[in-house]
Amino acid sequence: MRLINQRLSPGAGAVLKTLPFVALVLAYLLGSALRLAENPNDKLLPALTTLADAIDRMAFTADPRSGAYLFWTDTLASLGRLAAGLGLATLIALLVGMAVGMLPVLRALLAPFIGFVSMVPPLALLPVLFIVMGLGETSKITLIVIGVAPIMVRDLAQKVLDLPREQIVKAETLSASTWLIGLRVVLPQVLPRLLTALRLQLGPAFLFLIAAEAISADSGLGYRIFLVRRYLSMDVIFPYVAWITLLAALADYGLDRLRRKLFPWSELEGAR
Amino acid sequence: MTALSIENVWKEYGDQIVLENLTLEIAPRSFVALVGPSGCGKTTLLRMLLGQEQPTRGRILLDGTPLPPEPGPDRGVVYQRYSVFPHLTVLGNVMLGPELQANRLTGRSFGAARRALADQAREMIAAVGLAGAEAKYPAQLSGGMQQRLALAQALMMKPRVLLLDEPFGALDPGIRTEIHHLMKRLWNELPMTVVMVTHDLREAFTLGTRIVALDRTRSRPEELLRYGATVTKDIAIWPPRVAGRATLYDTEHPQAQDDLTAFASPAGTTRQTPSLI
Repeated sequence: MRLINQRLSPGAGAVLKTLPFVALVLAYLLGSALRLAENPNDKLLPALTTLADAIDRMAFTADPRSGAYLFWTDTLASLGRLAAGLGLATLIALLVGMAVGMLPVLRALLAPFIGFVSMVPPLALLPVLFIVMGLGETSKITLIVIGVAPIMVRDLAQKVLDLPREQIVKAETLSASTWLIGLRVVLPQVLPRLLTALRLQLGPAFLFLIAAEAISADSGLGYRIFLVRRYLSMDVIFPYVAWITLLAALADYGLDRLRRKLFPWSELEGAR
Repeated sequence: MTALSIENVWKEYGDQIVLENLTLEIAPRSFVALVGPSGCGKTTLLRMLLGQEQPTRGRILLDGTPLPPEPGPDRGVVYQRYSVFPHLTVLGNVMLGPELQANRLTGRSFGAARRALADQAREMIAAVGLAGAEAKYPAQLSGGMQQRLALAQALMMKPRVLLLDEPFGALDPGIRTEIHHLMKRLWNELPMTVVMVTHDLREAFTLGTRIVALDRTRSRPEELLRYGATVTKDIAIWPPRVAGRATLYDTEHPQAQDDLTAFASPAGTTRQTPSLI
């Protein structure tokens, strides 16, 4: 049988799914054990117990100086910035994307401009943002918006343009105005795509967040990683990286579930 | 009573002349079938009637007034595809038109108005034979059911003109026959003029009161660009079909009949097909 026609039993599928994760953990444990056998003070691949100690110190013991549980304050700070940035970007994408996709005047006015702006490397603007907006939250949130919004706008505008023209004309024969076409025909059909666009931008959003936090912050997941980097504290960095990854993966999964729940029709065959 | 007058209409795209000097009077309550080879401008003509495109020269009148330059609720349309909204249920699709018409800001009806409208919509859904499918999404319907839904959605607006762009072209023959009966009944019962583009001559003669054939009068390759199509045949069905009145040969067939064998022996014309022995 051709490889392309292979069918997997559910059990085999489950095993294959978990295999790379298990392999990663095993490779880490092996590498760690080998390095520690050679040099018990090695900091690059700490043992599981060291990692557990670090997690306990960061997450479940109050910081002796500030009395805060650093892991959680970092998480809250980062998620707050991420939510603000992504929320703003999503709102902009929805409004501008729909307007550009629907209205020829705004499309002519804005589409080439947005296409151009989306090519600006956002990280290169970071120093400018810090100088103009100060080192506080505004500049970090702005970086996420600048990095993420143009692509989402373009994606959404394209989705609007991909709606069959027949649907728009049909809505007109049902007496819809431009506003009502936007509200009852276009908006409900682009919302699932908006959630998908948001999912796809989670990775870049985290990238911009951590870059901004690395340069200037007093809390945050990226801040902590770049702080403890000076002491080669891999025992803190690894749990933080794993936590960030887990958060992003959960958000990705949650958004997809949300889309299926809110827009059941978007899963049906033939409904794009 | 809605008459359409197409007066010396030309349609050009750049150098390409698609339709030339087309003149057509469409009487109220007629059912005009537009036929012709692919690319002869049937759909272009339909789009102009819809208001989606404008004639390059000439004019189109609806009951003596020029057609507005964009589609509106007085002209309904059913396409071969994309006629219904995938994000709305059957009931939602059928209710959409009146909802939009009554609520210019929110596009939604609430409370008693919504319930009244839903009842009206259910009646229409039953009239096109979709009763029981109200909560389904279009993607869960077969092609024939989707076209019934599209008809119901368009008819809720009580359009004066119904424009059909190869609406039944993608359906298989049994389903098509069924939906022809539905179409005929709707045309008989509702005060509308119908213009249908079709590839299927049989369909044209089954449904139409008049068959209009479009074609290019010149077809040498070097002439294709600069000579468009125009009316080459204009056939009135005889004996005439009149909306709301039975004609000699339009015997009523049972509705919702999936099976073509049911039409093989109409009453009074029993004829034994010779068996191949």
